[in-house]
Amino acid sequence: MNIIGRPRRRVDGRAKVTGQTIFADDLMLPRTVHCKLLRSTLPHARIVRLDVSRAAAHPGVHLVLTGRDFPIPYGILPVSQDEHALAVDRVRFTGDPVAAVIARDELTAFEALDLVDVEYEPLRTFATPDESLAHDAPRIHEYGDRGNIHKLVSLAFGDVDAAFRAADRVFEDTFFYQGSTHLPIEQHAAVAARDPDGKLVLWSSTQTPHYVHRALAKALAMPAAHIRVIATPNGGGFGGKSDPFNHEIVVAKAALLLDRPVKICLTREEVFYCHRGRHPVLMKLRTGVTRDGAIVGMDVQTLLDGGAYGSYGVASTFYTGALQTVTYHIPAYRFQGCRVFTNKPPCGPKRGHGTPQTRFGQEIQLDKIAEALAIDPADLRLRIVEQPETLTANYLRVGTIGLEECIRRVTRAADWSARHRRLPYGRGVGLACSSYLSGAGLPIYWNDMPHSGVQLKLDRSGGVTAFCGATEIGQGSDDVLVACVAEVLGIDPLDVRAVTGDTDLTPVDLGSYSSRVTLMMGNAAIQAAERARDLLAEAASRKLGAPKARLVFADRRVFDTENPGVAMTFAEAVCAAEAAFGTIGTTGSYTPPRSAARFKGGGVGPSPAYSYSAAIVEAEVDPETGWIHVPRVWIAHDIGRALNPTLVRGQVEGSVYMALGEALMEEQTFRRLPARLSHALVHKFPSMLEYKSPTTLDMPEVFTELVEHPDPRGPFGAKEVGQGPLLPVMPAVANAVYDAIGVRIDEVPITPEKIVKALEAKAAGKPARYGPARFPDVPWPEALQVPPPWEGGDGTATNPARTPKAGQEVVRS
Amino acid sequence: MMRLPHFVFRAPRSVTEAADLLARAEGDATLVAGGTDLLPNMKRRQQTPGTLVGLRRVGELRTIANGDGVSLGAGLTLTEVVREPRVRERYGALWQAASQIATPQLRNMGTLGGNLCLDTRCNYYDQNYEWRKAIDFCMKKDGDICWVATSSPRCLAVSSTDTAPALLALGADVTLVSANGTRRIPLGDLYRNDGIHYLTRRPAEILTAVHLPHADRWHSTYWKLRRRGAFDFPVLSVAAAVRVNGDGVVEDARIVLGAVASRPLETAAASAHLTGRPLSDDTIAETADLAARPARPMDNTDFSLVWRKRVTRQFVAYALRELRGDDMRDVRLRTSRMLL
Repeated sequence: MNIIGRPRRRVDGRAKVTGQTIFADDLMLPRTVHCKLLRSTLPHARIVRLDVSRAAAHPGVHLVLTGRDFPIPYGILPVSQDEHALAVDRVRFTGDPVAAVIARDELTAFEALDLVDVEYEPLRTFATPDESLAHDAPRIHEYGDRGNIHKLVSLAFGDVDAAFRAADRVFEDTFFYQGSTHLPIEQHAAVAARDPDGKLVLWSSTQTPHYVHRALAKALAMPAAHIRVIATPNGGGFGGKSDPFNHEIVVAKAALLLDRPVKICLTREEVFYCHRGRHPVLMKLRTGVTRDGAIVGMDVQTLLDGGAYGSYGVASTFYTGALQTVTYHIPAYRFQGCRVFTNKPPCGPKRGHGTPQTRFGQEIQLDKIAEALAIDPADLRLRIVEQPETLTANYLRVGTIGLEECIRRVTRAADWSARHRRLPYGRGVGLACSSYLSGAGLPIYWNDMPHSGVQLKLDRSGGVTAFCGATEIGQGSDDVLVACVAEVLGIDPLDVRAVTGDTDLTPVDLGSYSSRVTLMMGNAAIQAAERARDLLAEAASRKLGAPKARLVFADRRVFDTENPGVAMTFAEAVCAAEAAFGTIGTTGSYTPPRSAARFKGGGVGPSPAYSYSAAIVEAEVDPETGWIHVPRVWIAHDIGRALNPTLVRGQVEGSVYMALGEALMEEQTFRRLPARLSHALVHKFPSMLEYKSPTTLDMPEVFTELVEHPDPRGPFGAKEVGQGPLLPVMPAVANAVYDAIGVRIDEVPITPEKIVKALEAKAAGKPARYGPARFPDVPWPEALQVPPPWEGGDGTATNPARTPKAGQEVVRS
Repeated sequence: MMRLPHFVFRAPRSVTEAADLLARAEGDATLVAGGTDLLPNMKRRQQTPGTLVGLRRVGELRTIANGDGVSLGAGLTLTEVVREPRVRERYGALWQAASQIATPQLRNMGTLGGNLCLDTRCNYYDQNYEWRKAIDFCMKKDGDICWVATSSPRCLAVSSTDTAPALLALGADVTLVSANGTRRIPLGDLYRNDGIHYLTRRPAEILTAVHLPHADRWHSTYWKLRRRGAFDFPVLSVAAAVRVNGDGVVEDARIVLGAVASRPLETAAASAHLTGRPLSDDTIAETADLAARPARPMDNTDFSLVWRKRVTRQFVAYALRELRGDDMRDVRLRTSRMLL
């Protein structure tokens, strides 16, 4: 192969480094007016009075919109259609949009926000999951499993209790994973306008133009065919631009009403309010093992602090329990998850979506198990790694597994056996592993159409245009598209033009989320390119008089392998094909294999292929101050095949960076003021200065090892890399801290304060740890019993799915 | 994007002209040099002056003069201060402090005078207008209460300047010029322990220069605590200067803490304890205890206040050990992410 597997400069690299990439905020259309949103100053309140007359009369103001203009709810999941573009009668968190002012410029719109008169009647505020569990009323939403519980999940695969009774040891631990936000460098921005035909066009910094398209059609009650959504290149997404957002729908409506372009660029503070970031998760893990380390059963309970809206929350809840079985063999598995509503910005999908939290707990617990059983932590994992081509207890079909080699590579690179438990006090190393999906096996909304489509247009010039709905969010998806097409057609990547993320021009791709683009779009692109190559080969064969099967496409030429002089240029082949068959255009599409899971809830977790990672972190901890320094990280990632190793390494290093932020400093936390003085519940520091995320100076040396065993389900064998390498780093930091100073920090972020407290606890003869003490009582429903494959199960439940109690409304799209 | 409110901009060419503009504006004008502190504050509507008097064209504020020691114009950028060999060679604490301010880009804009006059900081105050509205504001701007300690009669915002503790340890004076005249005061007299009225500078005065005494046999250092290796303001800092005689005995010492009060805190007891003693492990430990005692961190910056109080001792000890000649590069690299 000429292109695949070689480190290359990405096709959109030139535009990015020369500042020529047009982001949403760079768009300046004639007659543009500007939008600002008035956001709630209370965390939970009824809107008693909303008077916009003073704002509307302010000079320079063109339009003021309120919730009355947006009666139709929307939301990313069909089961959580709980958002309105602007609040209708109720605000649910500080920052919930209440009104929109559209004015000649941003400053005028900002000034007019202060002229909107809102009178609120404060309602009881729910700041923590404990509060939401304790009080059923008032309900933050009128739907959900009960009171302020949004979602309850209970699944049992085999008899975990019996497995525990038979186990040599059962380990029980509670962990807490703090919430964090995506922090893309680019704030969300959107521009809406009517095109000359009167149809709506929305340019937006979104990862999911297809879903935004659907949400706009619904919320604005317009035919989808009259709406065009163009995803501008994202200055980072990480999951934070995967929902349809208030501001997108507001500017769309305003542009329709005013018949002129309307633009909004969120402030950094507003990006913190959009959020949809990592759910704070409290978890209890019980794992039964034999003396030699084999897992006999695992029981996972998670409690997710969902924030004020549904977002992807139902999926996030399932994800906290979905992937434990994919890494290690777990013959009996039980998962119970609970997501509650609270009066804070909604949580959703952030890199790793729902899985890093439980992975954190699982990998620390394995470290504890290894120590208790006197087994080296790397050795323990090698003993229990799941077998390739397996159907897990929860019916996830796992193909290739490179985890064993990841562990071997990373332990060798880090000289693990010479360091673990052997470094002087204050220095340590920790190991952890993980796995992630290469794309969700099911779409967000039920349909049986392809998940990704690619269309190719071949030009007489020898150029090729590739159309795909996938969105370039900085991860390099345009480069993957171009590389796959160029490889099959034997041309240069720069000969291929990528047209992506435009619902008018490009076939549907579900979006840049769940690490799905390389695998799904890549397969669709290969199919489209192979179909084009077939047409060209047919025509070239006739023209050259060489058998079609002997023709090779390489170096912009088509030639006979046995007689390379018999050749034509790629452009000539296109002309020959066009003469023979008419205009050359081909399509390719990709639909994931059917899931083996047939129980309710089995839709979350299946994937065509799973990636694997192992990381070793070195930590230096000052026992006096608790100060933590991470000088080195070794990470091995099972990528299947690296299509462009430069991009793969970039994703691995970026994952380590983000992971260290979550491990050591990032916290999406909130401040409540004394109740006798104030109703306030505010984000503690919605700014890039005080929300701490590492700088380049805080980055350790990162040693990346790529494990390449091509997976037959991936394009050229490729699996994902965008999210998986993040996952092992946080628990590896915690395990390294333990190796360094002998205390367990069972939560993130791992801060100097917590280390000092754990050391003090140890000195006082208490458990040498810092972390949550208990898991609260949750009214779990009866578990859905699904016998695992080895007990004769067929992927269905043996008991009926629980139906909602009378009086509970289930929201459907 | 957050937008600046409207304002009138003046660009005087001399200190006299600038002082006249300030005098005539009667309190509605604010000086701006690099703008790295003021302009974000204006975007957040913490300050909304009608007139900005820009100082970048005032050449006399950017001079460096030899005198008894060295005089630095207040308009020098922090990058210029860092690059000045006399600063680096003789006034280590100032060089280390200035080197650790914010980021290279911000140091290219921010000035020495601006850093000395830096607005006090607080997590309840350094927020957007909308955020502050959601807590019904605080006494530093538009409100009545200090949310850090609701019974506090005064604002508890934190002095977050890096250069002030360093310059205090170095014994610096500053010159203030107004239309009515010029005065030179010890730098310590510029500050008040009040988050709102944290400067004694009168509204129509311009801080024009910083005067460093002869370095003589003084050695100085600056240690800064912050979460990350760049960007962050200090949440604790220790500036220390000692003059040691040939026998290794401390003849004179000044230890100043930053970011633990609304002004830089001179720790007289600790400095006195050090005087007449060698920099032994015991002396360092005792001095660190004394120096940490008056530190009163509050819950309005990064890190917990209990922990910040707790590690004050260690940071004072780091500073003194470095002045003794210990190799502190490892600790420095781990805590500051840079060698200084």
